[in-house]
Amino acid sequence: MTPETLSQLAIAVPLIGSVFILLAGKWPNLRETVTLTTAVIMFVTVASITPAVLAGARPDVVLWEILPGLAIRLTIEPLGMLFGLVSSGLWIINSVYSIGYMRGNREAHQTRFYFFFAIALASAAGVAFSGNMLTLFIFYEILTLSTYPLVTHHGDPATMRSGRTYVGILLSTSIGLLLFGMIWTWHLTGTLDFKQGGILEGKVEGIMVAVLLALYMFGIGKAALMPVHRWLPAAMVAPTPVSALLHAVAVVKAGVFTVLKVVVYIFGYEFLAETSASDWLMIAAAGTLLFSSIVAMRKDNLKARLAYSTVSQLSYIVLGAALATAAGIVGGGMHLAMHAMGKITLFFCAGAIYTAAHKTEISQLNGIGRTMPITMGAFAVASLSIIGIPPLGGTWSKFHLMMGAAEADQIIYVAVFMLSSLLSAAYLIPVVTRAFLRPPDAKSAGAAATAEGGIREAPLPCLIAICATAAGAFALFFYAGDIAQLLEPITAN
Amino acid sequence: MISANLPILHVIVPLIGAPLGLMFRRSPTGAWLLALIISWFTLADSLALLLIVSGGEAVSYEIGDWAAPWGIEYRVDMLAAYLIVIVSGIGAVTMLYARQSVEAEIPRDRIYLFYTMYLLTLSGLLGIATTGDTFNLFVFLEISSLSTYVMVSLGAERRALTAAFRYLVLGTLGATFYVIGVGLMYQMTGTLNMADLVNRLPEVAETRTILAAVAFLTVGIGLKLGLFPVHVWLPNAYTYAPSVVTAFLAATATKVAVYVLVRIYYTLFKGGVFETLPVDEILLALSIVAIVAMSAVAIFQTNVKRLLAYSSVAQIGYMLIGISLATITGLTAGILHLFNHALMKGALFLALGCVFFRIRSVNVDDMAGLAKVMPWTMAAFVTGGLSLIGIPLTVGFVSKWYLILATLEKEWWPLAAAILFSSLLAVIYMWRVIEVAYFRERPAGAVSIGEAPLAMLVPMWVLVGANVYFGIDTDLTVGTARAAAALLMGG
Repeated sequence: MTPETLSQLAIAVPLIGSVFILLAGKWPNLRETVTLTTAVIMFVTVASITPAVLAGARPDVVLWEILPGLAIRLTIEPLGMLFGLVSSGLWIINSVYSIGYMRGNREAHQTRFYFFFAIALASAAGVAFSGNMLTLFIFYEILTLSTYPLVTHHGDPATMRSGRTYVGILLSTSIGLLLFGMIWTWHLTGTLDFKQGGILEGKVEGIMVAVLLALYMFGIGKAALMPVHRWLPAAMVAPTPVSALLHAVAVVKAGVFTVLKVVVYIFGYEFLAETSASDWLMIAAAGTLLFSSIVAMRKDNLKARLAYSTVSQLSYIVLGAALATAAGIVGGGMHLAMHAMGKITLFFCAGAIYTAAHKTEISQLNGIGRTMPITMGAFAVASLSIIGIPPLGGTWSKFHLMMGAAEADQIIYVAVFMLSSLLSAAYLIPVVTRAFLRPPDAKSAGAAATAEGGIREAPLPCLIAICATAAGAFALFFYAGDIAQLLEPITAN
Repeated sequence: MISANLPILHVIVPLIGAPLGLMFRRSPTGAWLLALIISWFTLADSLALLLIVSGGEAVSYEIGDWAAPWGIEYRVDMLAAYLIVIVSGIGAVTMLYARQSVEAEIPRDRIYLFYTMYLLTLSGLLGIATTGDTFNLFVFLEISSLSTYVMVSLGAERRALTAAFRYLVLGTLGATFYVIGVGLMYQMTGTLNMADLVNRLPEVAETRTILAAVAFLTVGIGLKLGLFPVHVWLPNAYTYAPSVVTAFLAATATKVAVYVLVRIYYTLFKGGVFETLPVDEILLALSIVAIVAMSAVAIFQTNVKRLLAYSSVAQIGYMLIGISLATITGLTAGILHLFNHALMKGALFLALGCVFFRIRSVNVDDMAGLAKVMPWTMAAFVTGGLSLIGIPLTVGFVSKWYLILATLEKEWWPLAAAILFSSLLAVIYMWRVIEVAYFRERPAGAVSIGEAPLAMLVPMWVLVGANVYFGIDTDLTVGTARAAAALLMGG
């Protein structure tokens, strides 16, 4: 099959899968088999496009012209390739985890859950492979709407309020600002195609470049730049597999991925560097990065802490893009993969703790490492990756990002990156030390188990998934060069 | 023979059919069948007409072979054909849906009257869009309006009567203003035929009389189309009319009135009217208030039909903004939204019709938990709502795209921002209903109900499907709207 066909197939497979999930709704084992099979087929499909893209091909297919000159178009370039690989690959692991989690917690409406999950993955693939801004926007909106039922899965008044924040911020930023920016771009250039070197150079000048950039950056609410980040902590009411794959990987990465796409292919990073239009964005991203780290330290709820950590880590990528240097953009792209692997592990662990011990607050985790050694061990590994300590994947992306700041002669942002690493250590390491070093609370349920010397881990599928992604964070340290090599061409002119 | 008479058949057949409806006093089903067959006939005729005029050539027909300007001329050009398709298409779908809904909402012994009035309205609306004679337009305006008042008054609650009466008073005022405007033009030009007026108006365009005529015509038609702030008849009329009537009127009647306004400004005066009177600026200002204020008012409604009625006033503002921009893109956006809004509101009101059919109420609070028992109806409502908000792959997105593009072409940034802001208000008022239907539990003592009957679901989903289909394949809608706009601006 040609890469063009495969790119359509990658989006079609989860959609077809979702239909079968509905059909198999009455037989849970069959339904989960369908999910797993779909995930595997999707990953294989995406992976089989990779060699061609590595060889320099840019498969491009125009599907349907919606408005004159504006089509639904798929083009695969390295950045999208990476995002596609990350989200489809992690879907397999996440599906294994979901089986353990959803059954372990006896969640209701599981068919609906798997159905919308598949739709969300299809739209993530659509975002990844979009050939122009319109196509990206369409899939971006479908991603918002298809994850809404997942966020509000429990259906009680609290989730309804969170769901309101979620959909309210994501829809209003995308319709109010992003769409505005898109139509403006279309008006200026007559195209919305992603083009090497950008399409805006020479079409807009002065302060308007910065204004247009602001419309895009705050319009892409999924990138969670403050103050439009509120939806992300709100989304934590969802079942943990949703938080893990969607709000640490697919949805938020769709956001920062769009940021990178816009900077590289709409504005052109050299154009931004010349006009200094992204200077304000560096400040905004650095502010988000530091401030949300501080908020994360103050959160006792484990998932809330991880959510603010995600907000902070997303701004690494936005800052990388704002620096408008080759190394910054490659670093941002790499961080997309590195953070995904690390953060999904952390969320898996949070879900495992909830499933096995029914604990959600960090202050309840004293000594839990004794009953859940595998989970907490993986938590430690992933934390180190997020902090950026070798030999874990996070090291390399941070290295590239700092290089990017140095290349842009913005030494202060090198310092910001370093400071932020310290802050992330400050909010992640205490969780690990508390789990392993402190004695269990006498009153807690875990204490009884420890007294018996028993180990009470989460169900096996959860453990398999946790180990897989923790190992992945480790493996990425050694494959970082390949990712950098894949991404290199996007910064060429 | 048939093909030569195409431009009149879609008007004359429902007109003749209406009195036939009176024969079905004891057989509501018979009356329904009559209305259904005639509606589908007019749709076929309209599509044939659209096909004929899509080349760019208008079709003309002389009533009784009396040559214009003595006789009445019917003239179907691209814009007219486009509008006729909207009206007859919505009519055909709502009639498919109507039988059970009407039986549930209108006393059995009056059902034949309903279908008779419906056929008169249909004939009137199609006549307005077809005629090339300003006075004949007034006649059809009255035919459609009077029959509409009756249809509104057939609503189940007694408040339908006061709603209909208020509509009657304001509607008559509007029609009177219109006929005064026509009279003033006749005084200056000696003709009622549109084609003649086009030639004779420029000489006298600057006179006080014609300026007064424009003012009368604008206010008169403004009353009919629900222009803010003379829209006050609209929310009650939509709320208390039977569901089918609301769906049909919301999707067609106001659209036809907007069409008349376009005809007056762009055909009769060739856009020159904006140079002598600032009607474009006035309409623009009023529309901006409408899209923001009426959307905000919609948020606070507890009756969902009324909520959508206020939303309609706001949406009419979108059309008027497009029209008053006086550029090809702006006019395209306005004309496009005529079609697209008909689809959204048609689908939404039909969904509410299904809701009312089952729970005898369209109050937000009574809709609690409805998504569990009526999943298809609520899914249709959600899709219609997404279209109203302007989510891509729906018609609402296409409309919004062109409207904002038109404002950006003029570099009117604040206007673009206002339009986007009002779509965000639409998110709020739609989400209120969606949350109640999906997240609240059905009240404890509620009667157990099921999904609406298939005969209602299918037509509703046809309209929902059209919302998506024309959001993806825009050849017909954008193509026709753009061609019509180009003709109006260039002609």
